[in-house]
Amino acid sequence: MASRDFSHRLSDAHGSLRKPVSLARRLHIDVPLLVLLLVLASVGLGVLYSASGGDMNYVRRQSIFMCLAFTGMFIVAQIPLDFYRRWSPWAYLGGCALLVGVLLFGTGAKGAQRWLEVAGFRFQPSEVMKLGVPMMVAAFLHQRAQPPSLMTVAGALAIVAVPAALIVRQPDLGTSILIAASGLFALYLAGLSWKLIGAAAMGVLVSAWPIWQWGLRDYQRQRILTLLNPNDDRFGAGWNIFNSKAAIGSGGIYGKGYLQGTQSQLDFLPESHTDFIIAVLAEEWGMRGALLLLLLYVLVIARGIYISFMAQHLFGRLLAGSITLTFFVYVFVNIGMVTGLLPVVGVPLPVISYGGTSLITLMAGFGILMAVGTERRRVHF
Amino acid sequence: MPHEHHLKDPHTEQRLFRNRMLVAILGVIALLGVLIARFYNLQVVNYDNYRTQSDENRIQVRPVAPTRGLIYDRNGILLADNRASYNLSIVRERVKDLDATLELIGNLIRLDDSDVVKFRKRLGRRRPFEPIPLRFRLSEEEIARVSVNQFRMPGVSVEAESVRYYALGDLFAHSVGYVGRISDRDLSNFTKEDVRLYRGTRSIGKVGLERSYEKTLLGEVGYENVEINARGRVLRVLERQDPKPGADLTLHLDAHLQQVASDALGDQRGAVVAIDVNTGGVLAFVSKPSFDPNLFVTGISFADYRALSDSLDVPLFNRAVQGQYPPGSTLKPLMSLGGLEAGVISRETKIKDPGFYKLPNDQRIYRDHLRWGHGNKVDLIQALAQSCDVYFWDMAHRWDIDGMHDMATHFGLGAKTGIDLPMERAGLFPSRDWKRGARGMPWFPGDSLNAVLGQGFVLATPLQLAVMTATIANRGTHYRPQMVKSINGVEQPPEVLHNLEARPENWNLVFEGMEAVVNRSHGTGKRAGKGLNFRVAGKSGTAQVVGIAQGERYDSEALAERHRDHALFVAFAPVDKPRIAVAVLVENGEGGGKVAAPVAREVFAEWVPRPDTQEKTAQETRLIEGADNG
Repeated sequence: MASRDFSHRLSDAHGSLRKPVSLARRLHIDVPLLVLLLVLASVGLGVLYSASGGDMNYVRRQSIFMCLAFTGMFIVAQIPLDFYRRWSPWAYLGGCALLVGVLLFGTGAKGAQRWLEVAGFRFQPSEVMKLGVPMMVAAFLHQRAQPPSLMTVAGALAIVAVPAALIVRQPDLGTSILIAASGLFALYLAGLSWKLIGAAAMGVLVSAWPIWQWGLRDYQRQRILTLLNPNDDRFGAGWNIFNSKAAIGSGGIYGKGYLQGTQSQLDFLPESHTDFIIAVLAEEWGMRGALLLLLLYVLVIARGIYISFMAQHLFGRLLAGSITLTFFVYVFVNIGMVTGLLPVVGVPLPVISYGGTSLITLMAGFGILMAVGTERRRVHF
Repeated sequence: MPHEHHLKDPHTEQRLFRNRMLVAILGVIALLGVLIARFYNLQVVNYDNYRTQSDENRIQVRPVAPTRGLIYDRNGILLADNRASYNLSIVRERVKDLDATLELIGNLIRLDDSDVVKFRKRLGRRRPFEPIPLRFRLSEEEIARVSVNQFRMPGVSVEAESVRYYALGDLFAHSVGYVGRISDRDLSNFTKEDVRLYRGTRSIGKVGLERSYEKTLLGEVGYENVEINARGRVLRVLERQDPKPGADLTLHLDAHLQQVASDALGDQRGAVVAIDVNTGGVLAFVSKPSFDPNLFVTGISFADYRALSDSLDVPLFNRAVQGQYPPGSTLKPLMSLGGLEAGVISRETKIKDPGFYKLPNDQRIYRDHLRWGHGNKVDLIQALAQSCDVYFWDMAHRWDIDGMHDMATHFGLGAKTGIDLPMERAGLFPSRDWKRGARGMPWFPGDSLNAVLGQGFVLATPLQLAVMTATIANRGTHYRPQMVKSINGVEQPPEVLHNLEARPENWNLVFEGMEAVVNRSHGTGKRAGKGLNFRVAGKSGTAQVVGIAQGERYDSEALAERHRDHALFVAFAPVDKPRIAVAVLVENGEGGGKVAAPVAREVFAEWVPRPDTQEKTAQETRLIEGADNG
């Protein structure tokens, strides 16, 4: 093990010897990322105050969630990457066991079992897997030669497929797809051959019709139909999309003004403080507000990509890259859904939407990014 | 693991990663472009469109129901008022478990099965987020109980609504009538214009003046642009066009006289109609038994309705305009006039009354109600005063049915009076043509004997009898009976339907005869004038009951009672300058003079001593002028 990456490490070690290690680096804090996340969090609280109709209770509770999430991020950032790499199989297996547990003993609402209750504490094992899957795939690929052989690809796919299948059974198609995506990103970044990617894309296209016919549940099909024709059923299934589009569109370039959005303030916008919160922002702050938020996200993503480029090991690189790309997918899917480009799937807008669980997972992900970014350049002999 | 080490190449790894990541970055940029294009499309290209949609969501044009016109009696006593009523309403969209919520409400306030049934019916035809009323007329205590528990029942609210209130309750149920909820049947009869007029209005006149003056009372609907939230709650009014309230009605009816007439009738079933002889204005209009019209305003409960509709006394039946009774001897004054005008009888005509009458060539014996007869020299005055049947049979035999029919028609019998109340019945006065058409039989002389006494085929409503009496009282001027005196202060002029030309001496004779009914020692209607310091003229009548009018259920005791004759009395006063005419009907009251005449007396005692309306107005004018001068 020690002989691995010797030359590379030596040059890094040389660099770190030249420069004194900064305080932030010693605390494993990536300052640009932290600043960006704090700005996003503040924006989120501001929009939430408006979206909840001026209810300070929401803002207060979300502030507490944010404190917890940022604390979690700092703690996660302190743990050496090697630790994650070595323990990821156990975390992954534990996560799978919990997912099985959810199917057996889970609780939930609206016909879906997503929660486990342990000693009065409720949590969603699928959240664990949002990080567990990419970590496991990265650790798996870390030990193998790149580009991955066909066997390696098959192994990685199996790692992705098991939890994805378990989550589909809950049923939670949206989360399942996003978790699968995070694992596939790691595989892709490891150098999955374009031929395989092309073949997979063809496979998806070919299987689209059978999936539509037999693979989807009625409500899922309905959501897609609603997306294609939201005005058909304005007061039923199309209500959310009709009103979120009206909210965003009526905001225009400059918006109606903070706390002045009629769609959101008059309760026409459902889920305005959770999944549809960007509609509130776009209605009240207009296109400028929406684009500024997009810019913030782009900067976070850029920093994430930079960290992945600078990572010392393959494991860190793949993990950071996967987390960053998955983060973008969350942003894209949520905004795409609220603006009527994608079907309605329950994906919150990262950092901005109200809710504790997803925020804590998200920040833990950024904690790992920081761990990758501030990894000590250790010189091994 | 170690065997793979020699295959790992950090540089290849990094190159591969960078390569893949750069492609991914291109993908991210492309998708960001999609999002930006989408925002541009929604917020710039289609801005106007979505702005409109958002405004349509937010701004609703709501109809504002006009205030329904009020109804006063002639002295300004309010008979039909509008009051705030508090309803319990539910927004279905905000209630998760309707059954549980209904059960919870049922534990807090009184909730009948019929409330729930009707509520579910209303639920079927609602707009999204519209509050649907469940219970009307909450008491203060019920409002408090609901308010305290409101947090447990999202979607449940207490709303105020303006509803009709009839302060005098059953006293005017048959004249003023009532409003009720607009029913499916009402809706199916609506024209396009009606649909517009009734936007925002929940009630419609169902019975009585509320129905016949519906359009007058309704008013003109107004509109307002309001900002609402998704739950339909109005947050502010942006623009408003006020509704025009409905016109107020002032009636000829006198609440006090009505009360007197109603009290005089007491618990008996029957009707009293009093008419102002000089205008045709209806001063009192009683039909008993009555009911509380307030029960109907917000929808009557099944139990209450069943009690009213199943009652053997048929309280919902308006006896004064819908009840058709044989008028009996009350037709005799009219027939006397006809006989006199036709020259069949005169002041000098005297007949022998052995207690029965036989038509020539007919074996049938017609018995007078006095078995021993009224004596050997019965003249017209005595025949009227003592209601001698044989005198009129003799007259009828010598007269003809065509003349009788003409005379009856002049006084309004056999046709609707044209009163401004709905559902009036026409009654019947037979003619040769009618009998041939309706019964397919020729006219027999015996039919004439029945007709002259108001029996047989003859039917009349109490209102028709009152109109007939008023027409006698003002010597042939036949006014259309009218309930409404003025609309929004504009007097409704009296309307003369017909002027009957007759010789004054004949009128005098009829008056004399009717006066004798009340004032002679053997007069049948003495009770009508008892203790009054003015003179009353009248005529009693008794109508045989053929079968049971309405009841289908039999009760032996009630049956016996219901086989008794109806008692009738018509009268006017004072004789020298008639002002008021009254018709009284007491179902199964037997003796017209005994039972019905005292009711007429009470009405006269209340009305005639009052100063004449015209004089009173003159007096008031003088007083006002005096005040101005002072």
